[in-house]
Amino acid sequence: MSDKSGLTLFLDGEEVPFTRGESIFQVSERHEKEIPTLCYDDRLDAFGGCRLCVVELEGARNPVASCTTKAEAGMRVTTRSGKLEMHRRVLLELVVSENREVDVDELSGYASQEMATLVDRYEARTGRFEGRQSGASRPDDPNPFILRDYDNCISCYRCVRVCAEQEGDYAISIMGRGFDTQITTEFGGILKESACTFCGQCIQTCPTGALGDIKALRHKEIELPIEKTRSICIYCGVGCSVDIMTKGDKIVGILPAMDGPANEGALCVKGQFAFDFVHHPDRLKTPFVRDDQGELVPATWDDALDKAAAGLMAAVNEHGRHSLYAIASGRAPNEAGFMMQKLVRAGLGTSYIDNCSRA
Amino acid sequence: MSNPLRDMEKPDVIFCIGTNMTECHPVAATRLKKAIRNGAKMIVADPRHIGLSDMADINLQLRVGSDAALLLGMAHVIQREGLVDAGFIADRTAEAEAFLEHVKEFTPEWASEICGVDPALIEEAALLYGRAERGAIYYTLGITEHICGVDNVQSLCNLALMTGNIGREGTGINPMRGQNNIQGAGDVGAIPNNYPGFQPVTDPANQAKFAKAWGREVDLELGITKVRALEQAGDQIRAMLIDGENTLVTDPDRKHCEHALKSLDFLVVCDLFLTETAALADVVFPASGFGETDGTQTNTERRVQRLRKAVPPAGESKPDWWIVSQLAQRMGFKGFEYDSAKEVFNELCSLSGTYAGLNWDRIEFGEYQWPVPEDGHPGTPRLHEDSFINGRGIFKMIRYRDPAETIDDDYPVWLTTGRRLESYHSRTQTGRSSGIDYLLPEELLEVHPDDVSAWGIRDGGWVNMSSRRGSVRIRVKATKRSPRGTVFCSFSFNDVPVNVLTGSGYDPVTETAELKVCTVKIEVETETGGVAAD
Repeated sequence: MSDKSGLTLFLDGEEVPFTRGESIFQVSERHEKEIPTLCYDDRLDAFGGCRLCVVELEGARNPVASCTTKAEAGMRVTTRSGKLEMHRRVLLELVVSENREVDVDELSGYASQEMATLVDRYEARTGRFEGRQSGASRPDDPNPFILRDYDNCISCYRCVRVCAEQEGDYAISIMGRGFDTQITTEFGGILKESACTFCGQCIQTCPTGALGDIKALRHKEIELPIEKTRSICIYCGVGCSVDIMTKGDKIVGILPAMDGPANEGALCVKGQFAFDFVHHPDRLKTPFVRDDQGELVPATWDDALDKAAAGLMAAVNEHGRHSLYAIASGRAPNEAGFMMQKLVRAGLGTSYIDNCSRA
Repeated sequence: MSNPLRDMEKPDVIFCIGTNMTECHPVAATRLKKAIRNGAKMIVADPRHIGLSDMADINLQLRVGSDAALLLGMAHVIQREGLVDAGFIADRTAEAEAFLEHVKEFTPEWASEICGVDPALIEEAALLYGRAERGAIYYTLGITEHICGVDNVQSLCNLALMTGNIGREGTGINPMRGQNNIQGAGDVGAIPNNYPGFQPVTDPANQAKFAKAWGREVDLELGITKVRALEQAGDQIRAMLIDGENTLVTDPDRKHCEHALKSLDFLVVCDLFLTETAALADVVFPASGFGETDGTQTNTERRVQRLRKAVPPAGESKPDWWIVSQLAQRMGFKGFEYDSAKEVFNELCSLSGTYAGLNWDRIEFGEYQWPVPEDGHPGTPRLHEDSFINGRGIFKMIRYRDPAETIDDDYPVWLTTGRRLESYHSRTQTGRSSGIDYLLPEELLEVHPDDVSAWGIRDGGWVNMSSRRGSVRIRVKATKRSPRGTVFCSFSFNDVPVNVLTGSGYDPVTETAELKVCTVKIEVETETGGVAAD
């Protein structure tokens, strides 16, 4: 079998096609080999840091990282063997030994369960290794959005890379080497004083929950399952796809939709964090009408609709159909604007309608 | 946008003018950053040194309101250097000869006198864009919110037409639409000139089509814009129905606006909150919002996407479409019986040429960009690929005009307004989302440090800023993001109602307000709360 380019390699004995430039990892993903990885995010350049994705390559002395090794014609690749699986398990046991906790709440972020899932898959909670924990948390960073619990950091650099490659902000970087590696900002300060725009992308790519969504985690104690509903952000005109996380009747957080056509997983501080206005106590919960004393007072829908219809029609009846003007919203859905223009057109035969676009 | 968002990673030359994209469309800006990482060059034209300026190869820091002069100067250089795309001009455009003659008058030196940009930089920018394989223009309200907004847009079209930078991947004229559904609001016909799908109300055929659909003939005359309607409030206009707009805070010239709304016999407002505008209403309806309403919205690249309900609406709040349809029924109008957003959207599609091939189920995954003229059509990510909708691309003979107000002895400082990353418009939503205040607790007037010294004001100190229309009290922040003689702030904070100052003029064609330019004076506020003499 071959595609148009005719390039093939052998994946666990099976001849499979690939396109030039693809990594062994990408080819394997397509063939559902489920190679484990912790430092891989398909939106980012391959990094080869975690060494979990190593595969055996015929003719190579040692296993190679499949994410950074380009596929080549005729390669014979083994993605799973006793030796590879043992190597992966030991690596995971080591990773577990360095972190304070493995099981973090799903509210932490999009990729937050990746490490725990692999640890379980490889039954790596053996406690075989004991030692110091790496990383120093930053409880001194008072920002209300991004949890910086580096006790759970495994130095996969996904946060650093997403900030640089995906966001182009370069707000976070790496200090130290080896065991002492620490994710930090310029001059080791707090995020607000860095180039951070609080887009939340670092939270969403972190595979261990070292970086977490503080606003979402506030709802950890609600003992209900998290449900996700695909929708679109309602701030600017880019139209980023989001998954609204809910517990019961409450919106508890926002996840960027990695397959969102406009944003492909990206969000900004507003789309990521400015959602809780929905449940703000200031929300109007009933209609209001102005009473005889001139005060706005709560009313039933029936009364308010009748009063509004009567008030608008009084103007129309007295001053003609061109005396009513409608202003539609640039924030409300299409159905709202459609209905507003239909009201003046089908109702009064005028085009006395506009929206927010002129100011 | 003529081109899809994903094309933003493809240009070799990017020209951003009047768009503070890293703050106002941050996710779109990430795509430009990727293009730059891949080697694209960027020209940024903006009166301020904005986030994009940090990444630009050429910064054209022009005086507010002088865009048309700058663009004429660039067109002059492109013409003079023979960088025009003769094939494209011959095949796709009209009036080229006259235009290429017209621009001979406008040298970079002439442009520089007006816009303040070094003529050598204008040359350099023109050469870069003129020689681009794939040159893409991005703009926002910095281009349109002027008395010459239409001229500015047409000037950009002229540049794209003369260089053939349209209709191909990584090119185009790309307005970044500001609000989540401002594109949709026009698409659905909530404008005084068009029925849904941009079908002119002045065309008798359209009148007949909609009369058949809705059982009532609509005037062949254009409606009036919101600007006119507010002017005529209390006079011809006696009642208003406002859905989801905090007109009082976001529109220019707040005093005028407040007077207009108070002059009405009757005002009905639908909103999520009791906004400053809703507080003036006779009846306020509670609308359901994000995560509470099923519906559709259309983004800046004309992509029609589904909004989905995730939680029950707050209290008794209801979707806007439901409120308006119920109101219409009680006003005695026929044809407003709807059970769902789906029904409404499908009616829209049945009446709109641009949405004709869509329906509620078809847009489940949001993969369509209009126009989608019929069933089975794949949508149109890129406009103008083989031809322009109206035939040929017509060059326009633009001339520079001064803003409605120019600085003088009484009002010696330019004020330009805009938005900030962390807040959205009048903060009805971001201001009620926890944590945002940590990043942006208050509004500050951005003033160049040398002006801070020269004007005898203090970084962090309070000043009174006045225009011919009013005055606001605001704290100063010294920053080189503002050029000498020009100050900046946003209109987000109700305690700094900066639109008290704006509203000096309107574009004669679109009646868009010149929100990007007004002239002000800035005076120190003394410790006693009084104002010292300038």
